[in-house]
Amino acid sequence: MIDRAKKSSIRSAYGNALVEVGTENENIVVLDADVAASTQSKIFQKAFPERFFDMGIAEQDMIATSAGLASQGKIPFASCFAVFASGRAYDQVRNSVCYPKFNVKVVGTHGGITVGEDGASHQALEDVALMRAIPNMTVIVPADSQECREAVKYAATHDGPFYIRVARSNVPDIFDENYKLDNKGNVMCEGADVTIVTNGETLAEALDASEILKSSGIGATVINMPFVKPLNSDIILKHAAGKKLVVTVENHSIIGGLGSAVCEVLSENAPTKVLRIGINDTFGQSGNANLLLEHYGLSAEKIVEKIKEKLKDNK
Amino acid sequence: MNQDEIEKLKEICKVNRRNIIKTIHNAKSGHPGGALSACDILTVLFEKVMNCYPEWEKSENHAKRDRFVLSKGHASAGLYSVLAHRGFIKEEELMGFRQINRLLQGHPNTHIPGVEVPTGSLGQGLSLSCGIAMALKLDKNPAHVFCLLGDGELQEGSCWEAFMHAPHRGLNNVTAIIDKNNLQIDGNVDKIKSVDVLTDKLKAFNWNVIEIDGHDIEQIYDALMKSKTSDIPTAIVAKTIKGKGVSFMENQVGWHGKNPNDEECAKALEDLK
Repeated sequence: MIDRAKKSSIRSAYGNALVEVGTENENIVVLDADVAASTQSKIFQKAFPERFFDMGIAEQDMIATSAGLASQGKIPFASCFAVFASGRAYDQVRNSVCYPKFNVKVVGTHGGITVGEDGASHQALEDVALMRAIPNMTVIVPADSQECREAVKYAATHDGPFYIRVARSNVPDIFDENYKLDNKGNVMCEGADVTIVTNGETLAEALDASEILKSSGIGATVINMPFVKPLNSDIILKHAAGKKLVVTVENHSIIGGLGSAVCEVLSENAPTKVLRIGINDTFGQSGNANLLLEHYGLSAEKIVEKIKEKLKDNK
Repeated sequence: MNQDEIEKLKEICKVNRRNIIKTIHNAKSGHPGGALSACDILTVLFEKVMNCYPEWEKSENHAKRDRFVLSKGHASAGLYSVLAHRGFIKEEELMGFRQINRLLQGHPNTHIPGVEVPTGSLGQGLSLSCGIAMALKLDKNPAHVFCLLGDGELQEGSCWEAFMHAPHRGLNNVTAIIDKNNLQIDGNVDKIKSVDVLTDKLKAFNWNVIEIDGHDIEQIYDALMKSKTSDIPTAIVAKTIKGKGVSFMENQVGWHGKNPNDEECAKALEDLK
């Protein structure tokens, strides 16, 4: 089981990674919308004050300004809460960043239901769907601090628009410092009966779920899929073949995100039954992050329950 | 500028206006009203004020170019006609305006030489311009950014985020020009949602504001040149006439986004002789 005591802040990892890439490349600039302390972009601000711009509570201005900077060869990382980066500034992301394929990295922190106490207005549950639908956009949802660091490094060295979705909560450490991000996804463990495809905060839950399932005699393969777009269909098709069920787990609406992307691949290539576990087309609410995870069926135990139920139905 | 230069520019404005009409007539779609109201400003900018290198990315001076952003992207036929006259694009490209698999899109995009950033979705151009200006300052590049906005466009709240931003960050390398023709698709700007008193608003936002007649070549030139050396960002409020130069289009809201038929085209070209 995942060591829940060993957690670190994925947002601090973001801030530290910015300093790392900013040290290597002086074209990297960072913008924030009055939440630099929350997104932790303030770590970059401290290191490179002349390349940091707090745009105030003006997400639309921040994204279009980033596009202007990118048009002249800068590499802006623009961060704020995921719900505003993807929602409030959607048109700017679409028309000013993605249409010209500008080198802007949009970073949405506080993604998913685990925003917790702030409640529905601040819980981005559709951001991956929105960002994934825009041409030229790459979408990464890192699972822990090391993967977040890698995502920032990857985005900094690959041309074009990126959306990186970061969780608010401290997350269990899954990968060590030697882990390199691969846009192909990676198999975390293998089992014969079901394949679980997941990313972000729910990777830890899925890994624990696979352990619990194992003790009930159900073998589960867990695939970590940080790149929702472009999605590597090969790994999904390979590990869906011969399984009783494919399961997707995401801290996001079941509409339009990872679950939908996996269904698209499978239905076009190898029609397979898919159980999508995520937020069921509903707004969230305030509460403790862990309790919310459980309430909305995303905790390891709830994932196990749903998989067992579905397997029973399938018989 | 001496009288000869002014007369010469007036002639170029006429050529560009004729091209606006021909371009939109040929495309059977487009926005003549706002292109014609902005034509004199665009012409003076590209012919006299901006450091332009029409070879674009092939020019060894490309980095030195002054940057232009057409925030009111629907005035594209105006921009394209000016770019064609200045040699950024071939004049025959104008006849491909809004046609499939051709260069000149309905609204400007970055495949077009002379276009820095895509526009068309209103309310983004000034933020884009500020981003460009910030990059120039970081690079210690003395080039200037000119951004042309519509007055109806100012109803987009995001414009005001940018109006707040530029003076706050000391972006005196940005000039915002507002093509104040007082017409938008549904009618008069001051009847639909007034943006007045615009000069007072912009002054309150800490801009250096200059009011001009947007069809007076000398006033346009003087204001634009002055804006290049201001300590704070300059906003030029240019009073214009939508459809300017074509008798039956002037101040007519119906000509915002309508193409002239053959007969109307001939009459318009007659007006612009």
